[in-house]
Amino acid sequence: MSAAEFRAPEQEIQRFRARLVLAVALAVLMFGAVMVRLVWLQVLQHDYYRTRAEDNRISLAPIVPNRGLILDRNGLVLARNFSAYTLEITPSKVADLESTIDDLSGLIEIQPRDRKRFRKLLDESKNFESLPIRTRLSDEEVARFVAQRFRFPGVEVKARLFRQYPYGELASHLLGYIGRINDRDLDNIEEKGLEDKYQGSIYFGKAGLEQRYEFDLHGQTGFEEVEVSAGGRAVRVLSRTPPVPGNNLHLTVDLKLQQVAEQAFGNRRGAVVAIEPSTGGVLALVSKPTFDPNLFVDGIDPQHWDAYNNSPDHPLVNRALNAAYPPGSTFKPFMALGALTIGKRTPAQSISDPGFFEFGGHTFRDDKKGGHGSVDMYRSIVASCDTYYYRLASDMGIDAIASFMGQFGLGARTGVDIDGESIGILPSPEWKRKRFRRPEQQKWYAGETISIGIGQGYNAYTPIQLASAVATLANDGVRFRPHLVSYLENVTTGERRPIEPQPIARLALKQDNIDVIKHAMVGVNKEGTAMRAFLGAEYVSAGKTGTAQLFSLKGADYKEGHVKERLRDHALFIAFAPADKPKIALAVLVENGGFGAQAAAPIARQVFDYWLLGKLPQGAAAEDNDASDSN
Amino acid sequence: MQATAIKQVLRSTFGVLDPPLMAIALALLAYALVVVISATADFPSRLNQHFANLAVALGAMLVVARVPPQRLMTLALPAYLVGLALLVGVAVAGDVSKGARRWLNLGFMRIQPSEMMKIAVPLMLAWYFHKHEAVLRARDFLVAGLILLLPVALIAKQPDLGTAILVLAAGVFVIFFAGLSYKLIMPVLLAAALGVGALVYYGDHLCADGVAWPGIKEYQKHRVCTLLDPSTDPLGKGFHIIQSTIAVGSGGIMGKGWMKGTQTHLEFIPERHTDFIFAVMAEEFGLAGAILLVLLYLALIARGLMIAAQATMQFSRLLAGSISMIYFTYAFVNLGMVSGILPVVGVPLPFVSYGGTALVTLCIGLGILMSIRKHRRLAPD
Repeated sequence: MSAAEFRAPEQEIQRFRARLVLAVALAVLMFGAVMVRLVWLQVLQHDYYRTRAEDNRISLAPIVPNRGLILDRNGLVLARNFSAYTLEITPSKVADLESTIDDLSGLIEIQPRDRKRFRKLLDESKNFESLPIRTRLSDEEVARFVAQRFRFPGVEVKARLFRQYPYGELASHLLGYIGRINDRDLDNIEEKGLEDKYQGSIYFGKAGLEQRYEFDLHGQTGFEEVEVSAGGRAVRVLSRTPPVPGNNLHLTVDLKLQQVAEQAFGNRRGAVVAIEPSTGGVLALVSKPTFDPNLFVDGIDPQHWDAYNNSPDHPLVNRALNAAYPPGSTFKPFMALGALTIGKRTPAQSISDPGFFEFGGHTFRDDKKGGHGSVDMYRSIVASCDTYYYRLASDMGIDAIASFMGQFGLGARTGVDIDGESIGILPSPEWKRKRFRRPEQQKWYAGETISIGIGQGYNAYTPIQLASAVATLANDGVRFRPHLVSYLENVTTGERRPIEPQPIARLALKQDNIDVIKHAMVGVNKEGTAMRAFLGAEYVSAGKTGTAQLFSLKGADYKEGHVKERLRDHALFIAFAPADKPKIALAVLVENGGFGAQAAAPIARQVFDYWLLGKLPQGAAAEDNDASDSN
Repeated sequence: MQATAIKQVLRSTFGVLDPPLMAIALALLAYALVVVISATADFPSRLNQHFANLAVALGAMLVVARVPPQRLMTLALPAYLVGLALLVGVAVAGDVSKGARRWLNLGFMRIQPSEMMKIAVPLMLAWYFHKHEAVLRARDFLVAGLILLLPVALIAKQPDLGTAILVLAAGVFVIFFAGLSYKLIMPVLLAAALGVGALVYYGDHLCADGVAWPGIKEYQKHRVCTLLDPSTDPLGKGFHIIQSTIAVGSGGIMGKGWMKGTQTHLEFIPERHTDFIFAVMAEEFGLAGAILLVLLYLALIARGLMIAAQATMQFSRLLAGSISMIYFTYAFVNLGMVSGILPVVGVPLPFVSYGGTALVTLCIGLGILMSIRKHRRLAPD
């Protein structure tokens, strides 16, 4: 009891009550602190937090417009869009990409190919965009992922519009393809001030018509002001600016004709450009081999990419526009027309062909031993006599040849509506001065003019230049810019914007002279070098075979069997039909095809048969191995 | 005849109620109901559950209110010992959920023994001080401290910081009301104030990676540090604080209106029907709604403390005082957490948050207060 203090109950209760008062004071004080904090948040900082809440709530979602369709002249759809689900990862929101992808592959099939493609996209992109790891998910896969999505922050399923080329490899060189927007594309967009149109877009035309008409096909991005939940789920739409869909592209190309031309090649390499002479509209533009543009849309996987890039056949090169070849004897009708125009020859004027032409101590051989005998202009074209043109070239001189050929657009871009056309080479002293550095190389030697006359030497033209030239000839000297698009269609209003076929030049040619050449070209197909290819044709066509020498066989016999396939000459053929009122003009090139009559003319026959008669060929055009007299 | 019989039944059932306390509690529960409806709008089945919880809790209150304090006193020691035994059981063989060992599986049901300690600890301490009322020695406070710290330590170790703080506060208030010398209270308060001050002032340094705080788990350190600077972790722990602060601040003075809180209904507020329900209230009813809530709490506490002041037994006085201050502690810790002045500890808003266990505990507290009020004259002096 000594240590304990005695406590009077009354005093004790007073002390207890004092402590109760203290407790109340504590409660008031502490609640007061909370109230001060609330006044700070709700009164003084209210505007700031109200804005934060609005920012939370409202999200501006871009609506990507429908890309315009690409249709052939009969309305067949060559490029279309479809909606599909993709599984996308935003790398910046994912801590460990590899393990995330590993976990995902437990739910959804992810091939090593998909991973490689994703890596490639990752290298090319910025971290904050979401990149597809898998495209075209099935409904079941979507459901499986959605059930587990909480495990995968930074991974989402998106519904996207995909570009699809339903005909695959067919016409791929002219269509081109779209791919993911890269920095260069963005610069391009910025330069044109079109950033607003492209908000939220991830694709851009990379090649072919898709590239050239990108800004017509794309349309304009719309916007949706959406109220979103914390999980990013759109709850309701507050306002909406609809997107403007891209224009549809209606082509002059006829897909069936294109298909006939491509199939005529079989496994061979080469190009065909077929043009409607009266408009310049391109009916078919073939480059073989082709590729599958669908592979490029979401980033091509490295396997396919390597296969395309390392193939000796170079399937990604558009030979119709980007490869220049010596025209060989297809040059001769133009030489003859030039000679008539500047008065160096008359149609009846004959030469005697001994089988060679000597100039400056050098012998230029005709491919027919012993020569063709007496040769006039008609014979020179029908039999493709070299000696006639060696001498003619020498008589005309290089300047006259160059200036005449230039009028047909040879050695210049045709202006076709696909980017990246090659210029080719129209040889002239001026060209040589520009082309070479050392003075002795810059000099034009008179001997060089001789082989120019038969389409060899420095001559190099793209198939579309040859096609455009022969179309101009077929159209009696009225030249059109070759084009693949007939008109653009505004999907909303139905309004059409035609690509008007305005002639770009009317060449100063006499109709009589043109008729002489056309007549000779008809002779080629009737009784000349291309006779066998056009045997029994139910229409009158005009043509000229050609062979572009790859290998200089000076003085030696050319025996094709002894030369490796890759070193064989390129076969060429230019033609138009019907001869009196041409509906189609074309240039055919078969790489390493040997003689023009042998490989190229049969392809032209199949194309004409389909276009003029609606006849579908059976399989690839057979090579005419008996055609020997066919330079 | 029959009318009087019914009257009798009603009287024996509801006569034990303290009308002022009941009125305040019902006002609070009604206000809470309005907010719960909004907070559970996306999950309507929770509303039905809330009604069920209310029925059970009010039933428990009616039952407890009929038990005289003397009876409660006899329950104090057994309840405490059973609770302690269960806590040890949890520590040895409890179920782990969300990284904490809080539940004990008895085979037929899972219980959370820490919850019952919220009442059992003040009950035990009030009984202890009541027994030693006549002669109170320093040693008695030491024993009381042990009685308190043993369960608190076990709960904190689970770890359940929120409940540990509440149990600790309940006990501390009993000891305080029992007359602990200010000479002992003052230094502790001073040390606490210094600690908090240092944390706020040197927060950047202390929260740096790799700085370990003695006796504190990494996740608890993280919570405190996130409070000091929520922007360090905007998508993780900081998300709670940032989003609830935005909800509160955007509510303004009068609020956005019932069911119109964008932060609430677009799911930006995490745990909006439980621990963060105050953010819903502050967003939809603004500062005005918050003031109403605080006034109701103050009224509840004041009435509880008044009951304590008028109680005739030491046991009743201490218990009533402690229970009233538990309500204060609950409310303050929760409001402080949601408005961003205290770290995020899992403490629900008393009488408002959805959740049956806490509601039952709180209503048992109300029942005890009413019992003390009704039986004050019957107590032998």
